[in-house]
Amino acid sequence: MKRNLTCIICPRGCSLTVELENGNANVTGNACSKGAEYGTQECLCPVRTVTSVLRVSNRRDTMVSVKTAVAVKKDDIFRVMEVLKNTLVTAPVEIGDVLLQDVFGADIIATKAVK
Amino acid sequence: MIYDVAIVGGGVIGGMVARELTKYNLSLCILEKENDVACGASKANSGIVHGGYDPEPDTLKAKMNTLGVEKLFATAKQLHVPILRNGSMVCAFSAEEDKTVQELYERGLKNNIPNMKTLTGDEAREIEPNLSGEIASVLWVRNAGIVCPYDLTIAAVGNAMDNGAKLFLNFALAKVEKENGLFQVTSANGETVTANYLINCAGCGSDKVAKLCGDDSFTIIPRGGEYLLLDKTEGQRVSHTIFQCPSKEGKGILVSPTVDGNLLTGPTAGVVADPEEKAITQAGIDMVTKLSAKSVPSVQLRNVITSFTGVRSSEKNGDFIIGFSEKCENLLNVAAIDSPGLTACVAIAEYVAELLKNAGVELSENKTFNGNRENPHAFRSMTDEEKDAYIKQHPEYGKIVCRCEGVSEGEIRYALRTNPPARDMDGVKRRTRSGMGRCQGGFCGPYVMKLIAEELGIAKEEVTKNGAGSHMVIGKL
Amino acid sequence: MTQYDIIVIGGGPAGMAAAVAAYDSGVKNIAVLDREEDLGGILRQCIHNGFGLHKLGEELTGPEYAARYAQQVAERNIKVYYEAAVTNVTADKIVTVQSREGLLKFQAKAVILAMGCRERSRGALNICGTRPAGIYSAGTAQKLINCEGYMVGKRAVILGSGDIGLIMARRLSLEGAKVEAVCELMPYSGGLTRNIVQCLEDFDIPLYLSTTVAEIHGKGRLEGVTIARVDANRRVMEETKRYIPCDTLLLSVGLIPENELTKCAGIAISALTNGAEVDENRQTKVPGIFACGNVLHVHDLVDYVSDEAEIAGCGAAAFVKGELNANKTISVRAEGGVRYVLPQMVHTDCGHDVSLFMRVAAPTGKVRLVVKIGDAVIAKAVKLKTAPGEMEKITVKADKLAACTGTITVCLEEMA
Repeated sequence: MKRNLTCIICPRGCSLTVELENGNANVTGNACSKGAEYGTQECLCPVRTVTSVLRVSNRRDTMVSVKTAVAVKKDDIFRVMEVLKNTLVTAPVEIGDVLLQDVFGADIIATKAVK
Repeated sequence: MIYDVAIVGGGVIGGMVARELTKYNLSLCILEKENDVACGASKANSGIVHGGYDPEPDTLKAKMNTLGVEKLFATAKQLHVPILRNGSMVCAFSAEEDKTVQELYERGLKNNIPNMKTLTGDEAREIEPNLSGEIASVLWVRNAGIVCPYDLTIAAVGNAMDNGAKLFLNFALAKVEKENGLFQVTSANGETVTANYLINCAGCGSDKVAKLCGDDSFTIIPRGGEYLLLDKTEGQRVSHTIFQCPSKEGKGILVSPTVDGNLLTGPTAGVVADPEEKAITQAGIDMVTKLSAKSVPSVQLRNVITSFTGVRSSEKNGDFIIGFSEKCENLLNVAAIDSPGLTACVAIAEYVAELLKNAGVELSENKTFNGNRENPHAFRSMTDEEKDAYIKQHPEYGKIVCRCEGVSEGEIRYALRTNPPARDMDGVKRRTRSGMGRCQGGFCGPYVMKLIAEELGIAKEEVTKNGAGSHMVIGKL
Repeated sequence: MTQYDIIVIGGGPAGMAAAVAAYDSGVKNIAVLDREEDLGGILRQCIHNGFGLHKLGEELTGPEYAARYAQQVAERNIKVYYEAAVTNVTADKIVTVQSREGLLKFQAKAVILAMGCRERSRGALNICGTRPAGIYSAGTAQKLINCEGYMVGKRAVILGSGDIGLIMARRLSLEGAKVEAVCELMPYSGGLTRNIVQCLEDFDIPLYLSTTVAEIHGKGRLEGVTIARVDANRRVMEETKRYIPCDTLLLSVGLIPENELTKCAGIAISALTNGAEVDENRQTKVPGIFACGNVLHVHDLVDYVSDEAEIAGCGAAAFVKGELNANKTISVRAEGGVRYVLPQMVHTDCGHDVSLFMRVAAPTGKVRLVVKIGDAVIAKAVKLKTAPGEMEKITVKADKLAACTGTITVCLEEMA
């Protein structure tokens, strides 16, 4: 199987071609080694950091922004969102507080303080 | 409750008629189909106090225009509506148009218009340096002015309400019945109002209102006019209202400062199928762009901040229709009020009172009538020292919500509390100018939504741009 | 009248970094004026990550990046006025502020303008059609969703493929809305490749280039838009018109530096950058008034805003201390392939290296960025690829600069 990707590591945006065979990826079109790494990861197990907001139950119209502490599998993005959608948090919240643990492999941490 | 008079339409005519009638001991209501007053022609027009040289002599238009100018200046002052006598100029670009200017001058004399003068192009450019070099002659009309039409309408309705008139919003007429000589007026929502007299000031809907009463004697032709509004950086481009001569191409495009310091140019003039469909067209934008540059070549049209379409209600005979219906007793039509309707509004209102009196309505003086309205723009016009003192008493005036127009939280809350209270985003915008500046509400929108929700005691999901079906957000995340 | 050595107008990333840098340069009597309840500016609503890679060496979200600088402000004895909107600045550096405490007037020795920018609105675009609810600038929608927790619509079209538009395409998708299309008037996207991949491709959102929204439909709430391809003159091609039903239209069609106060102080605005013209210290032509961040020119990355703000902060501090004594000024001009360059003026006797920042006029492949004085090259750099959406930088060495007379020009030279 062959996939064409645009490398996002630097502004150059190389057009990568990734050949997938027996769980191995062969990347061509990359100008640097980071491009090869990106191409491999993106084809074998693409991951993304998810950022969103959670409602703060004890403050009026207040949201706290959050992120996954590590990138989650791309296929799990909407599953993570579903969990976040149904989560309320209580202020005070500090930046870095772990608000949820192990949501599809990642802790959900606050990126904003709510006093 | 039986109202002596129900006025259909909360535009500048309905508003001024209501205000005029509150001078007498009458119970009054205004029936407005939208979520706010001034939503039809009174929202979007040129905002010109016309000198009065244009209407054919001996028409109602000529009479009301001539009478109306000074009456409007006086009333606007009482209502604290900014009005400016900046004068107007009608420009001729050819020998043929020179003749038109001369004709307009002579017509103006017949209409008893004071202080007119014809100028050569050079004389005009001395007064107004940015006029096109192509302009050959000019009719200079010094009694003309500018006023903000929705500001005037809101103030008129507000003052009428302060003096006892009741305002029904979202009251679109669905049915009119006569019972024991009384009008039973039912809205699309099923609300009913009973009244002795019905005054039809329904603008583009006035023929439909008349028809509901069994009067099909006139048909309104809605005419759309597209405008471009430019940033205040263009506001000083001209000080007069600059007209072109009426010609085959139409009535011509005007270029005028506004009382708020912007520059307005337009309108186009095309018949529109649906007066509710106020759409801007590329052809309209192109035409306004081209023709405004004809009068004032230096106008920088890249500084447009918004474009809008107004719909005027005209009629085939070309004159105002003001009088009792021949088909329906006690129905008074005030219809086909296109230009110079804004200029004439106070004169029309007084004329309506006279017609009622002649019809036998007892008009006894309302001793408690107060024609002065509290100035909603008082804060805006204060000096820095006065503002400082005022903010120390009223801290909410210290919080700037709309940075482009410098509108404070206090002014917005005031607009949500004062007659006629704003009920939606557009209502706040028309009353305070919040969201009317360069960013067009980008920054202040969310905060204004919050204030509306707080003042009306509703959820943010219920806040609308301009009434039912125009919600700003669809719900919480 | 309260006196400050330095007044910083705006507490976003530029204002915070400028205040901190000025303080650390030894000027301690500093006030930051911000119209919001919190420092951070627009970063407060940019909950996505990707901030700080250059400046802080780690990837942060907007609120985190803002918090780092807010913390630095808090650790210093810098006075911050919240909900304080500046209504006037004079060339004499008298600053008028409207706040809940009253209409305050301050006298400063130096002023740093850091007011940021605003989004271009629908009005400026002259899109035909009606004026229903449901049309937002991308940033307004971002604020409603991320800060207040309200969803703006279910089915959206986005006009403009700048980064905010792309980020919002993803954000709406994550919150369950269907993004039908992102339309871009130009034949190329204004956004970063990374955002095209992660915000559009990840969610199967089509990007239509050379395409615009030709008409808006709907009375109360938006009901749909007509999109169409544009020709080389950016005029709509009638035969390509296509209707897309939607209840939301987001506009991400450019940012405009907010220079109303700059004009109050009598500072002319450049038609190229929409900001003031400045020297290597980010000092405007009015002595003692400095500018930095998006009020000066629109940046692609906040990291560069912080860098620029530090230059302005140090410059303002030096001005207050009487240390800005260089007086040999020459101008810097953008030429072939470069849309603008900043700073627009340089003191050849400033005694340090000066970095020039620029935007290219159109996307290119491999090019050489060349800085010249007359025909002599004083700096050059090879770029594998450039795009108008990304800022380029090149540094001129102090010794090269010291020898310059005339005008410095910057241009692109094609490479085989």
